[in-house]
Amino acid sequence: MTTPRTLFDKIWDAHVVAQEEGGPAVLYVDLHLIHEVTSPQAFTMLRERGLPVRRPERTVATMDHATPTDRPDLTLADAVAVRQLRQLAENCAEFGIRLYDMESAERGIVHVLGPEQGLTQPGMTIVCGDSHTSTHGAFGALAFGIGTSEVAHVLASQCLLQARPKTFLVNFEGELQPGVTAKDMILALIARIGVGGGKGHVFEYAGSAVRALSMEERMTLCNMSIEAGARAGLIAPDETTFSYMKGRPFAPQGAAWDEAVARWRALPSDPGAAYDRTVTIDVSELAPMITYGTNPGMGLPITGRIPDPSTVTDETARASLEKALGYMDLQPGAGLLGHAVDVVFVGSCTNGRLSDLRAAASIVAGRRVAEGVRMLVVPGSETVRRQAEAEGLDRIFREAGAEWRYAGCSMCLAMNGDQLAPGQYAVSTTNRNFEGRQGPGGRTFLASPLTAAASAVMGHVADPRPLLAGAGERA
Amino acid sequence: MEAFTTLQATMAPMLRHDVDTDQIIPARYLRGTTRAGLGEGLFAGWRYGADGTPDPGFVLNRPEFAGARILVVGENFGCGSSREHAPWALLDYGFRAVVGISFADIFRNNALKNGLLPVVVAPEVAVALAQWAEEKPETAITIDLATQALTLPDGARVQFPIDAFNKRCLLEGMDQLGYLLWHEDAIARYERDREAMR
Repeated sequence: MTTPRTLFDKIWDAHVVAQEEGGPAVLYVDLHLIHEVTSPQAFTMLRERGLPVRRPERTVATMDHATPTDRPDLTLADAVAVRQLRQLAENCAEFGIRLYDMESAERGIVHVLGPEQGLTQPGMTIVCGDSHTSTHGAFGALAFGIGTSEVAHVLASQCLLQARPKTFLVNFEGELQPGVTAKDMILALIARIGVGGGKGHVFEYAGSAVRALSMEERMTLCNMSIEAGARAGLIAPDETTFSYMKGRPFAPQGAAWDEAVARWRALPSDPGAAYDRTVTIDVSELAPMITYGTNPGMGLPITGRIPDPSTVTDETARASLEKALGYMDLQPGAGLLGHAVDVVFVGSCTNGRLSDLRAAASIVAGRRVAEGVRMLVVPGSETVRRQAEAEGLDRIFREAGAEWRYAGCSMCLAMNGDQLAPGQYAVSTTNRNFEGRQGPGGRTFLASPLTAAASAVMGHVADPRPLLAGAGERA
Repeated sequence: MEAFTTLQATMAPMLRHDVDTDQIIPARYLRGTTRAGLGEGLFAGWRYGADGTPDPGFVLNRPEFAGARILVVGENFGCGSSREHAPWALLDYGFRAVVGISFADIFRNNALKNGLLPVVVAPEVAVALAQWAEEKPETAITIDLATQALTLPDGARVQFPIDAFNKRCLLEGMDQLGYLLWHEDAIARYERDREAMR
């Protein structure tokens, strides 16, 4: 009898090309995604050695990090960003790589684009010079972020040198309460295990609450695996996965589709498969989550109170918490509900998909963005933007006083000019609340699209639950 | 890649947990197309005030740490983004090793590929080193990769872990891409076998 294997084991084993005793595995990469920021030096490395791109059809490029969102027009971007974007276009042209450029109707954030186009498929290994590559794990693909040297490795050899990570089963059981979302699930996990809690491991998210999630919600969950320090996050493919994928441009068609689905059905972990670590979270007890500090692990239920550094015993940990509260200008023991907000940002590879925009719009509809608050809605891709406009979501946001933008990473990492002013507070649907992440001196509260939208209309940090459609009847 | 064998150098103390790559090198410094000059942006948010002038209290601006080539850090150093600009910036500034309690996975991988040595030590060793650096900034320690040993200012030796492959690459300045390409036949065979299976 063979040893029961996890989903991770099956994908890993199928991609090991070679492995010397005691050395790293030479791991084959099925899909390589690139963008303008972390690829230029990799192409330089190829040119310096006179190497070709080994399998150009397995690399796909997009422009997302530094692109303007006012209009998809590079004349609006600054000269340094334009040079980097042009460099990407030249590299793709020279090496024969498919590029979703500024003229493309499908261009989008790399982790929104891949799944949308059907490039992301179960059982694949997927890498990108971007830590949120973990997003693609929602399809049962082993997907992780790499550095630029490794981008060069993949371009030149279609392989990577990797040590085998450990496995970590994250069980989400129970049923989410209204107003509580996949974003709250992942923020609750990171608050529980910490930003280094998943280090050296690949998560597999399982349990009834995960099976009940849509693909877009699963992507939100997997997206922030890296914020707990994990290499990747995986979810077993199922009917939800297959029905999302069917008919997408790069998904297999006809007989090939049936064969692929048959193969994908063998991927889920075998009964009795062993994991190095396990944690179980009952989601029925979760409330909307929000972060108060300067890393994604500093999160609490929206009705909760900010922890007191004096209760932390480790001296360095205490100093880190004190520094975080100092940067955020928050008091220990205080609540966040009612805290002033200057900007609300809805978007990013975490929460910039159609269902996220629908969720935010459901709160904003028939209301106004509060006086003194700037609300920015940035679709995750041009496809998402068109779909949202077809349903009239753009009108809902505009009529409420929000800004409706073109696709890009935008204020998630503030590389393109969309940024906070020093000292401003933002409720953001993004993934990182690091110091200065959304602009030097800016302060970020991470939350779900529902919580972000509720905060925009209330003008301060707000619980979305009283504003949900039908909340009156339930109360 | 420059080989790493032994390093005798002074230390700059930054004993904080979860220092993320956005602190090491903020995104606004990632718009270039080369690696040159990234040292300028190293820890920019902490190093410079809002008006761009250096904050005299920040460790890298204190003259006693000007020549430090070893950075002493806490837990989970380099968490967050996968930007290789983080080790590039540390190297460009002049650091050759980071000694800490633990490192984020991607940062560690990126550092090793560039000859920046991440040295994992017990929490009490990190605390002691940071204290030494604060009290006697001129104190040098020695890192010897071949024996995987750190010689502390009091002469005590502390062992540190590193996998055999990365150790060899660093000691020989061996390039990992060359090692990968050496597997060309195996890669081609893998691709043929997989095509045949479909």
